[in-house]
Amino acid sequence: MKTLMTGNEAIARGAYEAGVLVASSYPGTPSTEIMENFSQYDNVYAEWAPNEKVAAEVAIGAAVRGVRSFASMKHVGVNVAADPFMSYAYHGSNGGFVLITADEPNMFSSQNEQDNRLYAKHGKVALIEPSNSQECIDYMKYAYDISEKYDTTVLFRVTTRICHSKTVVELKDRVVPEVKQFEKNQKKYIMVPAHSRKRHPQIEKNLEELRKYSNNCPLNRVEMADKSIGIICNGISYEYAKEVIGDKASYLKIGFSNPLPDEMIKDFAQKVDKLYVIEENEPFMETQIKSWGIDCIGKDLFPICGEFSPELIREKVLGIKSEISHTSELDAPSRPPVLCAGCPHRGLYQELKKYKNKAFFSGDIGCYTLGYLPPLEAMDFSVCMGGSVTAAQGFQRGNEMAKDTKYKAFALIGDSTFFHSGITGLVNMTYNNTPVTTIILDNSITAMTGHQENPNTGVTARGEITNKIDIEKLCIACGVSEENIVTIDPYDLLATKNAIKMGYDSKEPFVIIAKRECALLKPIIKERSKLKCKVDPEKCTFCKSCLRTGCPALQIKDDKVFIDESQCNGCTVCLQVCPFDAIEKVGE
Amino acid sequence: MTKNILLVGVGGQGTILTSKILSQGLLEAGFDVKMAEIHGMSQRGGSVTTQIRYGDAVYSPLVEKGAADIIVSFERSEALRWLEYLKEDGILILNEHQIQPFTVTLDLSKYPENLVEEYKDNVKNFKSYNAFEMAKELGNSRVMNIILLGSLVKYLGLENINWKNVIKETVPEKFVNLNIQAFEKGYSI
Repeated sequence: MKTLMTGNEAIARGAYEAGVLVASSYPGTPSTEIMENFSQYDNVYAEWAPNEKVAAEVAIGAAVRGVRSFASMKHVGVNVAADPFMSYAYHGSNGGFVLITADEPNMFSSQNEQDNRLYAKHGKVALIEPSNSQECIDYMKYAYDISEKYDTTVLFRVTTRICHSKTVVELKDRVVPEVKQFEKNQKKYIMVPAHSRKRHPQIEKNLEELRKYSNNCPLNRVEMADKSIGIICNGISYEYAKEVIGDKASYLKIGFSNPLPDEMIKDFAQKVDKLYVIEENEPFMETQIKSWGIDCIGKDLFPICGEFSPELIREKVLGIKSEISHTSELDAPSRPPVLCAGCPHRGLYQELKKYKNKAFFSGDIGCYTLGYLPPLEAMDFSVCMGGSVTAAQGFQRGNEMAKDTKYKAFALIGDSTFFHSGITGLVNMTYNNTPVTTIILDNSITAMTGHQENPNTGVTARGEITNKIDIEKLCIACGVSEENIVTIDPYDLLATKNAIKMGYDSKEPFVIIAKRECALLKPIIKERSKLKCKVDPEKCTFCKSCLRTGCPALQIKDDKVFIDESQCNGCTVCLQVCPFDAIEKVGE
Repeated sequence: MTKNILLVGVGGQGTILTSKILSQGLLEAGFDVKMAEIHGMSQRGGSVTTQIRYGDAVYSPLVEKGAADIIVSFERSEALRWLEYLKEDGILILNEHQIQPFTVTLDLSKYPENLVEEYKDNVKNFKSYNAFEMAKELGNSRVMNIILLGSLVKYLGLENINWKNVIKETVPEKFVNLNIQAFEKGYSI
């Protein structure tokens, strides 16, 4: 059957067809839909883990047991999972183990554009890169065969344009290979120095076998046409190059890229006049190819930063620019992402921003990161998942040592991020008794990636009811004293204001839990569908107080504010800030 | 010959559902289809784009500058960002509905005036109407996207595909009739 699938749907399908039985993941753009789709298949075990390290370790344990498994994550998630990834590389495999990394050239929803192909070299494991959805299915099957045959982890690397593009695929039946026995083998499965010293040379031997495979595998293929131009390319770059250059060049398409097919590359280089290496981000292939004494054009022509496009490749290789027929002198208004109308984070930021000149807001990764934007601007720092709680402590200790406490340190972290890697930070805060106020923005879902369940929701990846972990009790267990924990509804601005004041004045570790479900959760949309706020134009003086909450439902017409009913959910934050009682709540 | 479609708008306007129906219909008609979408950082309110390419054999999921056969702009100003992508004889379908971003309501950015005239002067094949108001008249502003889909199908000459069937298979049962009405409305414009 032919159908359309995104790369992520296809990876899930490929895993299913390959007989994967256990998989674990933490959501992160552009990887999220891999697990969302895989978890919907029958006869699989699929879970959301609290973070990527946990996900990788669960999948590794399943592979040790002898079943095929994967862990999927965004590129920066691999940093979190790097500890088990690097050392399990020495174990090899039993059941096949694939770590899926979804990289993000151009950073549509990420903090950096690290190229995780380098992890394959670093960890000394096999690396596979598909170019479209059909290859996502097919190459996942190869990945398991390779993992089991060559006793290696396989790093399966895709990028946003592959993850989120739909292309035509053909589905096949699932084949579950016989589950392997687990045989106790401490020398393979316990990495103590004595064992690791023996395993490392074995890994080097495996790599040599993989190099031979790379030179003779269907994932690397030559397409000879016009020999004046030769192109070595991977991933989405192959699709772009084929689109705009077509038969005017010959191609060596690389789908298995660690170790690279050195003999194929040397042979291909001899057959073409001018050799290009077209790869997004790092010169991963180019550096290796040049080290073999082969002359090629790569990063001196193509950028390291950002993503490629078909027109970029046409212009760089053929010197032909796109013909532009329509332009305008007018500029579209800037339309950055924004906290949605009715977002519970808005009320919190509305009150927090009043402390802008006397607080340092250490932020984290989630929808609430958007609180940095005008007009709220209540965030000063954000680095990585969980980093808010700990960096705030360092800032506060810096204050003390500098004898200057102009800015009291606050940490801002979402519920899912708190479970991901905020808990250890909170333990550090109470253990070392650092007077920081941690605000947990609890919207009861992993929202930014599109509503995934987490330990705070009481529901599993497969939609089953499960244990729900109580954040307040967890904070107490982490050592925060009960009287220093305040739970508020961020739709209630007065309660929010009072809690922030307590947190600001506190000389001890302090926690505020701002609890209110994400406004876009389906049951919440339904529950609040008739609730709206309305501006009385007679009373509106156009003072813009409401506009300074940054709510996108607030619009302007004829120097009056009006509220777009199709967006409003009656959260009343605008109503509470209006000094002229010009906004009223309507509906039930 | 590959055809290129751009759907541009604001998060929450239903561009992704529209592209899902469109690409499914094109696949059923026997075309090779590729579709690219970008999930931004917020679910609502930011600029969004979906690109659809179809033909005998399609490699790139991305449309090149100067190559779009049609741009459907779900919001009045969003087409401005993508005008360079339109082919010389390309078609622009505009929903005149306006959504002011917070940058405009807070005077950090300007919402250009006389946009419809600007497009009209610039693009020969230009069609514009207020799909939001039309959808409200049909009973639900959310079917604005399907009205626009109806127009797109007409202007690309894709009426041989059984779109009503694709809509039936895609949207929840209780909304099928409303969506089909919206499709017909858009097609009749």
